[in-house]
Amino acid sequence: MSATPVIEARGLVKVYALGATQVPALRGVDLTVRRGEFVAVMGASGSGKSTLMNILGCLDVPTEGMYELDGESVNGLDRDALADIRNRKIGFVFQGFNLLPRTSAVENVELPLLYDRSRRRRATRELALEALARVGLAERAHHLPNELSGGQQQRVAIARALVTRPALLLADEPTGNLDSRTSLEVMALFQELNQQGLTIVLVTHEHDIARYAHRVVGMRDGRVIRDAPLPERRDAAADLQSPQLALEP
Amino acid sequence: MRALVLVKVAWQSIRRNTLRTLLTVLGIIIGVGAVIVMVAVGLGARERIHQQIQNLGTNMIVLTAGAATQGGVSQGAQTFNRLTVADAEALRREGTLLAAVSPVIVAPGNVIGGVGNWRTHTQGVATDYQTIRDWAVSSGAFFDVNDVRTARKVAVLGATVAKVLFPDQDPVGQEIQIRNVPFRVLGVLAEKGQTAGGSDQDDVVLAPYTTVQTRLAGRHFIPQILAATASPSDIPAAMEEIRAIMREQHRLASWEEDDFTVRNQEDLAQAAERTTEVMTVLLAAIASISLVVGGIGIMNIMLVSVTERTREIGIRLAVGAHARDVMVQFLVESTVLALVGGAVGVAAGFVGARVLARITGWETVVSPPTVVLALAFSAAVGIFFGFYPARKAANLNPIEALRYE
Repeated sequence: MSATPVIEARGLVKVYALGATQVPALRGVDLTVRRGEFVAVMGASGSGKSTLMNILGCLDVPTEGMYELDGESVNGLDRDALADIRNRKIGFVFQGFNLLPRTSAVENVELPLLYDRSRRRRATRELALEALARVGLAERAHHLPNELSGGQQQRVAIARALVTRPALLLADEPTGNLDSRTSLEVMALFQELNQQGLTIVLVTHEHDIARYAHRVVGMRDGRVIRDAPLPERRDAAADLQSPQLALEP
Repeated sequence: MRALVLVKVAWQSIRRNTLRTLLTVLGIIIGVGAVIVMVAVGLGARERIHQQIQNLGTNMIVLTAGAATQGGVSQGAQTFNRLTVADAEALRREGTLLAAVSPVIVAPGNVIGGVGNWRTHTQGVATDYQTIRDWAVSSGAFFDVNDVRTARKVAVLGATVAKVLFPDQDPVGQEIQIRNVPFRVLGVLAEKGQTAGGSDQDDVVLAPYTTVQTRLAGRHFIPQILAATASPSDIPAAMEEIRAIMREQHRLASWEEDDFTVRNQEDLAQAAERTTEVMTVLLAAIASISLVVGGIGIMNIMLVSVTERTREIGIRLAVGAHARDVMVQFLVESTVLALVGGAVGVAAGFVGARVLARITGWETVVSPPTVVLALAFSAAVGIFFGFYPARKAANLNPIEALRYE
């Protein structure tokens, strides 16, 4: 593994213009995430964590500051170049799953490969089935999203994020729409993928969820107020076996 | 993205909303159907005119007085109507490629005989006329060369005249009076029907041109001289030959324009077709307005579709679609939509043309080029009217699109 950090951000500032008023969402954020880390970004709504997430995910560009993703500078790239970076380097998992309706699981997973300009699109279907197998949904490949449970849908979304073998998996409130047991299942999957070497940045406002990360970055009012490794990290797979959870429906 | 994938995605989204799709493309269906029917009617009319022109005779060349107007200024009154029997005789003598030549001397006037009195045209022609017009007699016989040479007072009746004057008896051998001159009826011509212009070709009496010239007093004129070649391939050369002989006959200097016009059947057909062509284009233009209206319908539904699928667009952009990918996707979708409408419209056009033909008795011809053109046009409508919604989709901000509820 090279020493290049996956995320290297310095002095990120983002100002939104709401009419005449300038609304600062980020007021100078520094963040470094090394390869193989599992980082939870926490904060209340309005803390700037969504803005940070959008910039880290190359969906938006900072007003000021420097951002390098996997050793590549993102500053000054145009729309399409950002799209290519997202395609090659980032896998997204959203709160609302964001699967294409009336489109089978495997076709949803294939989606990023359809827009892949670098790879010579070999065996798209195979790669998609492989990714589905990694999240344990190989036998549901041809189900439509509305035939799958919430947890299964989120696992399809994770498979879609994995299929391009990205440098970074960005998860925005991935458990927000799930019950606690399914949330644990998803977190267990994240931990497993992380152990296999995947770098994960997770945005959440739930402490219970953040406990499964290596490190927690706390945000308030557009600034990082806390950035520390978690002393005692919980194991989601083990928690799934615990008796009080087993009692829940 | 691969073209096939795009078409598949487009097809999926179209199939999701079958009823909506059908209503959306109804405009295109009606438009394409109407264009196809209109053009089919036009082509049918053209086909019929063509047949009628062919029906005039075989390998026929028509010489008329006066220059064709396309030559610029018309030639003026003194040069008008200058065809003479001498011209026809010169062509007969000197034309090497002309298998048959006949002047047509028209002498309008009443014909009396049998049970009635009928106002018609008596045409003085040579025996070659029968060859040129490919016109058989249904009873009796045509007059022969001797009749022409000796200017005998004999006549052949057109089917209409025969029917009017001799409804219950065979006119052959009967006597008729043309402008008070008695003629003996030698035969009756087979029926030819109407010309492209709608006049009755059978309303005619044919007599030797020599007889008409010498025995019938009063007004007559020579509107045309007819000629025919032995084979169709001789026609262009024969037309040149006629021009040369006629210029000689009329003693035209080299700088003078022709004071006559030589045309073949093809030329006549084209002149007649020009009228129907204008009508066809006009009808098709009116019909294509509904194609444009259909296009607006497509634009409308594509705008709705873009709004409905904002989230999908957001997902696609987030996982790496370029603006162009999204744009092409929606353009393909609107084009496929329009093409589906076009295809159904073509089918409707086929049926419509058949039904119209059955009801009105008109001939209708659905030609492959029309079908291809109609499909191409509907695809163009799809692209044109799909452009704005597609661009709107492509320019969406991925963050806002993902958050869209």
